[in-house]
Amino acid sequence: MEKAIKKYFPIFALPTFVAFTIGFIIPFILGVYLSFCEFTTVTDAKFVGFKNYIRIWGDATFVHALWYTALFTVVSVITINALAFTVAMLLTKGIKGTNIFRTVFFMPNLIGGIILGYIWQLIFNGFLLQFDRTLTFNSAYGFWGLIILMNWQQIGYMMIIYIAGIQNIPGELIEAAKIDGANNRQLLRHVTLPMVMPSITICTFLTLTNSFKLYDQNLALTAGEPSNKSEMLALNIYNTFYTRNGWEGVGQAKAVIFFLLVALIAIVQLKLTTKKEVQA
Amino acid sequence: MTSVRKAKHGWALTLFFAVLSVIYVMPIIIVFINSFKKKIFISNRPFALPDAKSFVGLENYINGIEKIGFLQAFGYTLFITVCSVAVIILCTSMCAWYITRVKTKITATMYYLFAFSMIVPFQMVMFTLSKIADMLHLGNPIGIVIVYLGFGAGLAVFMFCGFVKSIPLEIEESAMIDGCTPVQTYFSIVFPVMKPTAISVAILEAMWVWNDYLLPYLVLDIKKYKTIPIAIQYLKGGYGSIDMGAMMAMIVLAIIPIIIFYTACQKYIIEGVVAGAVKG
Repeated sequence: MEKAIKKYFPIFALPTFVAFTIGFIIPFILGVYLSFCEFTTVTDAKFVGFKNYIRIWGDATFVHALWYTALFTVVSVITINALAFTVAMLLTKGIKGTNIFRTVFFMPNLIGGIILGYIWQLIFNGFLLQFDRTLTFNSAYGFWGLIILMNWQQIGYMMIIYIAGIQNIPGELIEAAKIDGANNRQLLRHVTLPMVMPSITICTFLTLTNSFKLYDQNLALTAGEPSNKSEMLALNIYNTFYTRNGWEGVGQAKAVIFFLLVALIAIVQLKLTTKKEVQA
Repeated sequence: MTSVRKAKHGWALTLFFAVLSVIYVMPIIIVFINSFKKKIFISNRPFALPDAKSFVGLENYINGIEKIGFLQAFGYTLFITVCSVAVIILCTSMCAWYITRVKTKITATMYYLFAFSMIVPFQMVMFTLSKIADMLHLGNPIGIVIVYLGFGAGLAVFMFCGFVKSIPLEIEESAMIDGCTPVQTYFSIVFPVMKPTAISVAILEAMWVWNDYLLPYLVLDIKKYKTIPIAIQYLKGGYGSIDMGAMMAMIVLAIIPIIIFYTACQKYIIEGVVAGAVKG
């Protein structure tokens, strides 16, 4: 059978592969190459070695954005997962209205980042108005604003994944633990948490990468104001490319570093949490 | 005794979540209320209900629709999303079946490349991709479908491959022995079986394409074609001057189709998210 299918490559695999080459492979390879070049467009690139990578570290906005993003990622991953897991635990007790609550909590996830940013800009600015401030008064406002926004958007999504994980725990396992005299805290620590470890792996992975790569919400909520102090990495890279002349090469080098960081975080996180997964 | 206590507890939880749900949808309600108020009252008293002085009826809506060409933006966004999702489902499912069934070095390499592309952030390829799309004249609503197929192929192929591995070979073999060509076998047997995965992929990709901002912003010729997120961001204009009235109205118009879609396909969306998370 394999032989019969094999010659059908042009029909089955070629269309996707051509698009994938145009939309990913060529841009990726060219991107890595251009990070070692000085250029304003693709055709006038001059090879300059590691110069761009060295110039990055003289750019204070990048270093600031790196720390800002790292801190944001840590805080948002912890808050989103803790809250989503708590809500999931409470919504699997079979209380009245569970379905409606689930529907409501999930809904913000479908709204795009740009729109979310402007919705919350109105709310935060309206609230801060009472203190004669705006969201762009201080980068800490932008930081916590973005944390609240991301929690609002992502709790529902992660909650759905945690609920699926909790419902997959076999009932006998919990019964057996109860007969053995486990109290609620022991039940959570020694039965529920280990059993939902696959969900925890997925949710931390998704929240980590979503937060680290955040762009739309950052752009709409504060656009990096005041003076690039609330600018995250993705926005910093965009601004390096498109608002500073002669910095295109540095922008591309930043993008390569950004990619390496995302890949590193993803691999380390998956290794760490999958190690803790258990079989029922 | 315990059952009575449990019920009491459940009732309190229901009440708690009911209050929380109301708070959760509040930002959207506030935006909705503000969309009927005069600009100046939106920034000065965002939490006040409209009164005789601040109420402007549908003025913000008419104004906003004209200003950003909302109806065209809606049309383009719908067209791009529907076409991209349809093309992604068709092409990547065929590709996934091929690379799972035909075992060669080439298909193995393709599989790893698709998986690899999932962790690459868009900023890594944004500059080169937009230049290549420009060279190939893909900056229109039809061309961008190819870009979405290329950049979105990773997740889709990966999810379909996971499913194809679980389909028993025997059914396909017997169809081929009965004289079906691979193409007939695929469309009459394999594709119908993959329907649940296809729905998950469709939902995940639709959520991405509909809300995507940066890719269409860089790839499309935005003087001619704006999607909804681009049109809304466009309202921001120069430094900090936002027409808040039009902004509120356009946010409401952008959210309404999402809420309709969500209430209609809620079951599939939530199942799709769970399935996507487990396999991704």
